[in-house]
Amino acid sequence: MSVVKMEIRRGAYFDSVTLMRISADAKKIAGVTAAVVGMGTDYNIDSLKRLGMWTDAAADVTPSDLMLAISADDDKLAAEALVAVDGLLKARQAAKSETGDWLPSTLAGAIKVLPEANVVLISVPGAHAAREARQALEAGLHVMLFSDNVSLEEELALKEFAVGRELLVMGPDCGTAILNGVPLAFANVVRRGTIGVVAASGTGLQEFTSLVHRFGAGISQAIGVGGRDLSDAIGGRMTLLAVRALAADPQTRVLALVSKPPAPQTLEKLLVELKSVGKPVVVYFIGAPADAIRAAGFMPASHLEDAARQASQLALGRDLTSLVDDAALDHAAEGITLHGSYLRGLYSGGTLCDEAQRRLLPVLNVISSNTPISGGKKLTDIHQSEGHTIVDLGDDDFTRGRAHPMIDPTARQERLAREIADPSVGMILLDVVLGYGSHPDMAGELASTIRDAGAARMATGQAPLIAAAICGTEDDPQDFAAQVKTLEAVGVKVFPAHAALCAFAARVMGANR
Amino acid sequence: MIKLNGLFDKKIAVVNIGIPSFAEDLKKQSVPVQHVDWRPPAGGNARMRSLIDKIKKGAKS
Amino acid sequence: MIDVTEANAVALARIRAAEPKVVGIGICGDVVPGMKKDLVLHAGPPITWDRMSGPMKGAVLGGLVYEGLAKDVAAAEKLVTSGGVKFSPWHEHAGVGPMAGVATARMPVWIVEDKVHGNRTYCTFNEGLGKVLRYGAYSAEVIDRLRWMEGTLAPILAKTLVLKGEINLLALMSQALQMGDEGHNRNRAGTSLLIRELGPALMDVDAPVADRKRSLEFINGNDHFFLNLTMPMCKVIMMAAEWVEGSSIVTTMCRNGTDFGIRVAGLKDQWFTGPAGIVDGLYFAGYTKEDGNPDIGDSAITETCGLGAFSMAAAPAIVKFVGGTVADALTYTRRMYEITDGESEAFRIPNLDFRGSPQGIDIVKVCETGIAPQINTGVAHKEAGIGQIGAGLVNPPMKCFEDALEAFAERYFSE
Repeated sequence: MSVVKMEIRRGAYFDSVTLMRISADAKKIAGVTAAVVGMGTDYNIDSLKRLGMWTDAAADVTPSDLMLAISADDDKLAAEALVAVDGLLKARQAAKSETGDWLPSTLAGAIKVLPEANVVLISVPGAHAAREARQALEAGLHVMLFSDNVSLEEELALKEFAVGRELLVMGPDCGTAILNGVPLAFANVVRRGTIGVVAASGTGLQEFTSLVHRFGAGISQAIGVGGRDLSDAIGGRMTLLAVRALAADPQTRVLALVSKPPAPQTLEKLLVELKSVGKPVVVYFIGAPADAIRAAGFMPASHLEDAARQASQLALGRDLTSLVDDAALDHAAEGITLHGSYLRGLYSGGTLCDEAQRRLLPVLNVISSNTPISGGKKLTDIHQSEGHTIVDLGDDDFTRGRAHPMIDPTARQERLAREIADPSVGMILLDVVLGYGSHPDMAGELASTIRDAGAARMATGQAPLIAAAICGTEDDPQDFAAQVKTLEAVGVKVFPAHAALCAFAARVMGANR
Repeated sequence: MIKLNGLFDKKIAVVNIGIPSFAEDLKKQSVPVQHVDWRPPAGGNARMRSLIDKIKKGAKS
Repeated sequence: MIDVTEANAVALARIRAAEPKVVGIGICGDVVPGMKKDLVLHAGPPITWDRMSGPMKGAVLGGLVYEGLAKDVAAAEKLVTSGGVKFSPWHEHAGVGPMAGVATARMPVWIVEDKVHGNRTYCTFNEGLGKVLRYGAYSAEVIDRLRWMEGTLAPILAKTLVLKGEINLLALMSQALQMGDEGHNRNRAGTSLLIRELGPALMDVDAPVADRKRSLEFINGNDHFFLNLTMPMCKVIMMAAEWVEGSSIVTTMCRNGTDFGIRVAGLKDQWFTGPAGIVDGLYFAGYTKEDGNPDIGDSAITETCGLGAFSMAAAPAIVKFVGGTVADALTYTRRMYEITDGESEAFRIPNLDFRGSPQGIDIVKVCETGIAPQINTGVAHKEAGIGQIGAGLVNPPMKCFEDALEAFAERYFSE
């Protein structure tokens, strides 16, 4: 019989990532059957109800209150678990800073300690993010707005204000940027160089910059602008500002753009602006026809590796061999017989999930996804694959109340185990994104799932083929080479670029029709 | 000429408001960073927050 | 449309320009504005007899006996309950009183004047430690001591001041701050500096040697003698900002043992109150939190002015009362910079590289950050007359600042 104990702390605040970590640790305590440690949001209250842990104590809880709820085998264990959770919370509170034990509570306080600050990285809940961003801009600082759930109106107001002051607003929902060689939030360690890239896509920017590094070229600046910047509502305000800044930047000799296709009016404005840049421009508008771009005088790319290679060629002034090596891929795919009919792609990066769908739709004809491309099929139940399925596990529908799959492998591990055990699955694709912000050993986590879940099917020689691409560089905090080895050790085929992984998958699926 | 207030010539120094690990990662790279112990303004009280915004908007200089 | 930032800048400029000096000693009934024979002044915001806490009631009764309005404590109580006396906060009479802060017309008071803006403030002399009126004691010993202070100490000190001339309080306090005082709970350095100021002149005062010696011993035996000067000093400094139109700076923080009260520069004469808190700290042997009276006294005027807990970084010994470290003392001060608009010119903190102490509490910042002003204080036993039973940290209730913010928005920003 489970016992539920709950504690409410009014007005106590912790960020969502910290609370998720503490929840996860709480679940591991002996005797604990379930744990919810979170702010009193609708989602968390629903979780309590769903887990049968809701009590009257939670009746008047608000999103500013912290809930500690433990379900355990008996009273004593529940009480001990609460004490343990309290300890974990206290440990987090004792965060050290430049100033010893004291942390400023406000931007103004932080600026007093760090008067040379020039960038504010904001990752607070969406309801408060625009306000913090506005204060930063008013203080004359550039903003990286990692937070999502910022309204379109707020985004427009921020960007109008910022452009007037020549300040960057990178976001909302911007996870990646590299300024003056410094990786911000989720970003890779890449060589400094002459390619300036503006992107409305997080993992797209990560793959692009990592491949530029792989090709031997470097990045002057990598500026994220948020996924909605090139909509007609926002009109590409930040993209235009960033493009102008890169045009005027002596370190930048080649420009690159990575985004889904801009809305029509915005595209027109952008093409006009790009004409006056006076430097070569490589344009990767995901899924857009290349002719319009070529007609405007710019270099269209067909995928991220292509964009990175073209930009690197321009930067280095020499031809570069593509990492999508047809001969090598033919050889790798030769003679492979799949033991199941379907392909499953389990992605942590949205742009990579898109890229895979695009590359494989002509081969597979029908692909289901939670984020289907045009011509793709929407999954009825995002947690249940249907036929060929490629999912973006980093999408909102999967990450509500959970950590992002680039940080926490659990959700993907659970899904991976199910796909491996499914006898109709012949091939599985995975992306592993390295860099700051990402899990320290994603390959290890995935490998252990592959080993455990695959044991049964492997014994009968019916294991699905698993292939992966690792996005990152050898300078990233994770050990790139070791990540490759770890995956290869459990039979995963690892490819040097996502485009190569897709090309391989296309060959294998094509041959196994 | 858009110079973004000279950003590209400066040493990047970051104020981090939100997820603490972002600040920790920057510290590992010896990037000057100050983490802010953020909590919702006015303790999450929407009415107080709107009063404060009203006053601050009118505060001018 | 009011410009709050500008108004606060004006208020802070006036606060910084103030030059508080001890200019003399007078009798409460003669010098304190609005004082009457049947008026009893007290610490904190306005309060009625029925709501007063133990120490406050005891002090009132003792004060009435001392004043001669009642022959004993029983008679004093009858007088009060029959409506024979009126009560008024010291703050509404340009003065301040520590703990119960009770004052009656005969009591001698320090006179402090801001030489720049012309304001004057008043405060009784500190009686010492143990069984004293301000903790609600009313025994014969207490009354006798008050009579001696009135009859002997005050006249001697008054003559001393005539010979010595005015005493620059800002100079004394800024030195004391560099010597480990913070002007609220640590006053030993200030008291010592005061004795140095008075000593030579005291030698020339026309009064019996024994009396002069006893006066010196009296001051020397009480580390907190200087508190009754830091308080009117801070009061007169904050008065310079009263009542700057449109300013959101707090000019008064005080407690009467039941309520905590604040006033704001741009909201003339308005009190914003909430329940006085229970002190978190060290209790002397045999006493616990349950024995403590809620927060009491006008001494929070020191924090209002950037001293006390706001200058804790200068007096780290205080944190021992809450089991803290020197680093904690610095943290408490650092936190206060986030809710103040200015930094003191005169009060500089060595441990923070001589940074000016956080000065000018802004109700907008308090409400926005949720950081309440920090106060260090002694704890009175909740029963009258037992005295101090501990010391530690306490905060005002956020309600005071939230109510003030509502009133401020209503006054200046309603359409």
